[in-house]
Amino acid sequence: MKGKVFTTDDVKKIAQLAQIPLKSDEEQNLARGFNTTMTVVDKLFSIDVSHVEPISQVTGLENVYREDEIDKSRMFTQNQALQNAPRAHKGFFVVDQILDK
Amino acid sequence: MKLNTLTLKQVIEMLRKKEISLSDLYKDIHEAIAVDNAKLNIYLALDPEALKKAQIVRESPLAGVPFGVKDNFLTPGLSTTASSNVLKNFIPPYESTVTKKLKKAGGIVVGKTNMDAWAHGSSTETSDFGPTKNPRNPAHLPGGSSGGSAAAVAGDMCIAALGTETAGSIRQPAAWCGVVGLKPTYGRVSRYGIIAMGSSLDSPGPIGKTVYDTALVLNYIAGRDSSDATTSQYPVLDYTKNLQKGVKGMRIGICYIDHEKLKGSQVAQAILDAGKLYEKHGAIVDTIKLSDQLKPNTILSPDYALSAYTVFQRSEVSSNLARYDGIRYGHGRSSFGDEAKRRIMLGTFTLSKGYADRYYIQAQKVRNLFIQNFHQLYKTYDILISPTSPGYAMKLGATAGNPMFGEIEDMLMEPSSNSGLSGINIPCHHDPVSNLYLGMDIVGDQWQEEKILQAAYVYEQETKWNQWIKKA
Repeated sequence: MKGKVFTTDDVKKIAQLAQIPLKSDEEQNLARGFNTTMTVVDKLFSIDVSHVEPISQVTGLENVYREDEIDKSRMFTQNQALQNAPRAHKGFFVVDQILDK
Repeated sequence: MKLNTLTLKQVIEMLRKKEISLSDLYKDIHEAIAVDNAKLNIYLALDPEALKKAQIVRESPLAGVPFGVKDNFLTPGLSTTASSNVLKNFIPPYESTVTKKLKKAGGIVVGKTNMDAWAHGSSTETSDFGPTKNPRNPAHLPGGSSGGSAAAVAGDMCIAALGTETAGSIRQPAAWCGVVGLKPTYGRVSRYGIIAMGSSLDSPGPIGKTVYDTALVLNYIAGRDSSDATTSQYPVLDYTKNLQKGVKGMRIGICYIDHEKLKGSQVAQAILDAGKLYEKHGAIVDTIKLSDQLKPNTILSPDYALSAYTVFQRSEVSSNLARYDGIRYGHGRSSFGDEAKRRIMLGTFTLSKGYADRYYIQAQKVRNLFIQNFHQLYKTYDILISPTSPGYAMKLGATAGNPMFGEIEDMLMEPSSNSGLSGINIPCHHDPVSNLYLGMDIVGDQWQEEKILQAAYVYEQETKWNQWIKKA
């Protein structure tokens, strides 16, 4: 199974999903780059994994719990939380409006 | 004698015996930085208070020694950018567990080292703040993504350094800069407070001038961390204690030298020679053949690891870099560089509805196949050795127009990284004309740092490749 070929329309759609602003001259280059990368990825389908389960972690650890306690040493003060915010107002982060009035 | 050229072991001993002073040590380090940093672009930020902080901890185990730290470890008071414009001028409000532990042991962060932006790459050429040049030969790349840290060690701008590896990012720059780089087992060293790249792979570790130096640093940064649930309870050893145990009776497998990219290469010959050296010292050495399927006493082709890594690394990147929205901190998503955009977008695709089953799940099955392969091999072998990278450090500009540059340079390390194993790069050849190095990768099973360090130590003592270090 293989053969995904990226078009500039695919790139536009993915860019929108990933919230990556693109200039129009970037779309073609990205599509070309993705197609190069997919020739490497497609090799995945030439190895037999029919008897193998997917795995997403390698530690072998299971159910790592901690006490449900507040760790104050890891808490920010309001000032620390806001110290790197590009826009803050009266102790809050400022965000762009996303709903119409 | 310039004190910045000493090893970590030498510096600590000489400071303890009061043969040298911290102020003379820092004078020589800062002089090296003043002479070369503008040319080589190794440090992005320096701590002007470093010497003052060192003098406070002079009685501690690491005695106030200056370390270069990759710019993806959060360091309050010192900017942390992951070499990306998105985090330009970002001052973290909390500290990474590893730098906290290093400082507690008396290590000082003298400065933050350049890297591929977000650790995406193997050249340090994709940094938004310009490439780092290889101090061995400035027409060449240092490798990456921990290229600044490896270059800082090779250029005597620190005594030892910290890097991070997702797949090759400690070992490959160590190979290209001719230094020692230790990638611990995944879960051996905490990821807390390190800017995340591939969360199921990221492994912080030391880069040093000698095998002993990396073992010593590992002693102080390893261990379970309640802030990182993937860290292990597995006991932390004194990794320097049995360093001189030797390789007698050790079963060693030579890997990948029959790969088409390596056949007849100089580095393949160097690894075969290393095998002979180990045999001479009492090890039992075999060559393991490549295979396209799981078969006893063969090793799966790294080509498949590359394919699988490309999928799940991009997927994890798209998820980890989703947090950079320019609202709480940092600049907006238009500030991402080309490589980050490529990786975020491809990962968004491989995790999207309809394609996740096809690509992501398939990649995770292939990942498991590699884990099973290593599981079998480590029943027969104690350690596996192979070239770290197929060749010498490439020239500046080599990454241009190659969206798979990093993966190809790191390919031989991707099977072990994907499987969470421990590995160490040790210089295994030096070209006197270019002054560049080749590296050997010694890979152990999970939690077998002690074994790979023992094997690396034998090789280091018995060969001349690490003799660039000035003898005190």
